[in-house]
Amino acid sequence: MSLPIAPKPALRRFHQARWDEPIVFELHTPGERGVLPSRAESGVRQAVGDVVAALPASLRRAQPPALPEIGQMRVLKHYLRLSQENLGADLNVDVGQGTCTMKYAPKVNETIVRTPDLSELHPLQDQGTAQGVLEIIWRTERMLAEISGMSRVSLQTGGGSEAIWANISMIRAYHASRGEGEQRDEVITTIFSHPSNAAAAKMAGYKVITIFPDADGYPDVDALRAALSPRTAAIMVTNPEDTGIYNPRIREWVELAHAVGALASYDQANANGILGITRARDAGFDVCHFNLHKTFGTPHGCGGPGSGANAVSEALAPFLPGPVVEKVDGRYVLDADRPQSIGVVAPFYGVVPNIVRTYAWIRALGAPGLRAVAETAVLNNNYLMKRILEIPGASAPYATGRRRIEQVRYSWQELFEETGISSEEIGIRAADFGMHYWTSHHPYVVPQPFTLEPTESYSKAELDEYADVLAEVAREAREQPEVVRSAPHNQTVHHTHHDDLDDPERWAVTWRAYRRKYFGEGATVSAAASDEEAA
Amino acid sequence: MTDPFIHPYVPNTAPASRQEMLDAVGAASVDEFYADVPADLRLGRDLDLPEPLVAEQDLVRHVGGLLRRNRAADPGRLFLGAGTYLHAVPAVVDEVINRSEFLTAYAGEPYEDHGRFQALFQYQSLMGELLNLDVVNVPTYDGYQAAATSLAMATRITGRRGIVLVSDAHPDKLSKVRDYLRPIADLVLLPTVGGEADVEAALAHIGQQTAAVWVESPSFHGALETRLPQLADAAHRAGALLVVGTDPIGLGVIASPADLGADIVHGDIQSLGLHPWFGGAHAGFIAVADDPRLVMELPSRLFGLASTDVPGEYGFGDVAYDRTSFAVREEGKEWVGTAAALWGIAAGVYLSLMGPQGMAELGETLLARTAYARRVLAALPGVADTDRAVHFREFVLDLSAASLTAPEAVAVLRADGFEPGLPLDDARLLVCVTEQNTQTDIDELAAALGAALATADKEKAA
Repeated sequence: MSLPIAPKPALRRFHQARWDEPIVFELHTPGERGVLPSRAESGVRQAVGDVVAALPASLRRAQPPALPEIGQMRVLKHYLRLSQENLGADLNVDVGQGTCTMKYAPKVNETIVRTPDLSELHPLQDQGTAQGVLEIIWRTERMLAEISGMSRVSLQTGGGSEAIWANISMIRAYHASRGEGEQRDEVITTIFSHPSNAAAAKMAGYKVITIFPDADGYPDVDALRAALSPRTAAIMVTNPEDTGIYNPRIREWVELAHAVGALASYDQANANGILGITRARDAGFDVCHFNLHKTFGTPHGCGGPGSGANAVSEALAPFLPGPVVEKVDGRYVLDADRPQSIGVVAPFYGVVPNIVRTYAWIRALGAPGLRAVAETAVLNNNYLMKRILEIPGASAPYATGRRRIEQVRYSWQELFEETGISSEEIGIRAADFGMHYWTSHHPYVVPQPFTLEPTESYSKAELDEYADVLAEVAREAREQPEVVRSAPHNQTVHHTHHDDLDDPERWAVTWRAYRRKYFGEGATVSAAASDEEAA
Repeated sequence: MTDPFIHPYVPNTAPASRQEMLDAVGAASVDEFYADVPADLRLGRDLDLPEPLVAEQDLVRHVGGLLRRNRAADPGRLFLGAGTYLHAVPAVVDEVINRSEFLTAYAGEPYEDHGRFQALFQYQSLMGELLNLDVVNVPTYDGYQAAATSLAMATRITGRRGIVLVSDAHPDKLSKVRDYLRPIADLVLLPTVGGEADVEAALAHIGQQTAAVWVESPSFHGALETRLPQLADAAHRAGALLVVGTDPIGLGVIASPADLGADIVHGDIQSLGLHPWFGGAHAGFIAVADDPRLVMELPSRLFGLASTDVPGEYGFGDVAYDRTSFAVREEGKEWVGTAAALWGIAAGVYLSLMGPQGMAELGETLLARTAYARRVLAALPGVADTDRAVHFREFVLDLSAASLTAPEAVAVLRADGFEPGLPLDDARLLVCVTEQNTQTDIDELAAALGAALATADKEKAA
């Protein structure tokens, strides 16, 4: 074989890293050290004596913790190998995790936040020495107020679901302040709104009523009418819903809620396709929230830290969690003296590195950029939908023939009926080509579901590649179903057995539990202690 | 996109690609995709936002310029804690969590995201060793949420509403807990005596309505609770749970609350390898014994070990997923969502580096420097200790006999580059000592505070 090199095949010959790393405890080598902490000086020791020996017996630890002892470079290598066995958005065409808006988290924002002027700031230090970050929080709040049309914003929550919690908590406090707390004990949501709307409302003490779509897949306004009553505290809806369908009667929904004295809460987790197009407040909503780690380009961190933004109308502003940042005489100050506030939802002022990334993301794009983001996300989605619907066996239930906003909930039901291959199996096989794929939130109202959200970040060529992979897996399902069924083939690990994960006798949530259940090791004898005994 | 706006973050703003895609879907313009958005809901104007900073250098200059208006204190001169701590962060921790593979991943399956499943399983396992408990969750948002959920779990497990708080809890944590538990629990706060629980008062309050006895050790004031076993006995006799908040950073030398009778242990892991980030880097842990009565009440995800088709290969998956709101919406336990996984990975790396010896040495250093600082500061004229409890990392000074109030003392010492602590009121100052505060730093703080008080004395005399 000599030059020239043959052209690439149509599909990528991917293989995930496979380091076959042990569990970190198996790297234990007695006496090795990964890092040495600062020790008390002799002057300190002379003054205070042996502080550990002086601890009351009930406070002193009897056995050292059985943590592994490992040299520094080996710890580094272990975790870097694990990182290689992980497929971040920076590496794959991450359009398969619909509802999650896996967009590009710009690298320049990482450069910007990694400064000791941010990472080493203490939240209670002199506010005069934190004016920069306070100004960024204040400016970010105002930009999000403009984007939502709302009056005030709090950035305190640490993720979208916690922001949903803050929404319902504010609603609860609002009704209580008007003496209607007892009367209003129901919350209405839709089945294609994020499950945390239902779950947080339940946790806040409400009975949850879930509306299913009408025959066309639109939120059923007649069902809403039937559900609303003087007992309704709020409607809590996502729009566009997780189907990518925008509820064209959303204003009517809000007005119907208001007509019975309920508030309207807008889960804007799916805002990416409507930035600069339409706003929550303009549809009459009283409260809404954004997920900064979705729409505003902060990295998802394997599942957080995220960041939530709660935006509210003037009437709800007193109830916002606090403290809030105010600008007084050109200086930025924290105001915690807000008697009607629901109080502190999370520590201090929110996930600050993500707030700064959000600020940088919005500033890099501005108004024309945000609109380009929305329009491109929607263009990408409708383009990908066309490509997916060309695959035999794939369909997009509901709103047949209509365009979608930023994502689509598809179905492999036809393919499943023909081949017996499920959506979950297709996802596992798709990973063999280096692609993420997710079925959908439960319950599977759409049978054999999958939800694709291309965002604005991927090129046409990448969207084509993703569609080509799914087309290939669908072809395999028909022609070589065993290849799909026995996947994964190109991953870090092989087919994994899940039977032990639901049995309390057999599950192992920690290494110690595993060693106890399967090897009879005592739960209290530490590795270090046994080593000492052996020596 | 009425005017072409080509941006590096948005590849299909390139006019040729855009046109090709529009043609492919048979749309004249992107406006067609918004057919379901009624005209009267359209914004119809540009958002009122500052001009875009499209060149990276302009963005860096602008945001970097704002950040340079911040000034981090000299680590040795920062004596502030109160929930966020300036512990030393090993370089390896930052190297690992800043990897693109971890930083930009989200919710992949145990195959293509094997790495995060193993890293988080290891986090759970390392925490389990520190806590002497077999079940630890994938991190929730922060220690406040961990406290709120732990107590909510206790109400569900016992079917009761009563919660008896016997420690000085962080007021913000208390704010969160109150609001979170409003419909399901009744909270009673018992004043502490000498910084610790008033066990006799607690015994009188614990009864058939009690779901949980809630202890914070170390407390908001840094006091360690020495009578956990008595509180555990009292709670258990009444059919209630002992729910204890702690900071795992001390557990190299301090007994895990689980060994003293705690049923649920919770707290924040910011101390374990996370920078302060202006209070923006918190994550919460909840740990319980491997008892399904407890485990099945956890709302968080739990990653568990699983076998694969290949001998010797470690696989992973979700344990008891049907507990969660992901699986069954409002029928799940509370809710679960994007929380703080990356910080959990950081804490796992931190504990892997520290090992048992590192945690023991650090615990000793923190106890020793705390005791030393308390001694030299309380020895200043007009300054006194507020209690006799054993303190870990934080303690409260009483300045009521001094010539400066606590806020005044803070203002004066800030001029010398110190952040001497958090005034709790006019008289009391909450001081925090970490391993970053050396003996010299502590001596200099004592000298500066002594000088400030002496100067104020003279001014008052004059």
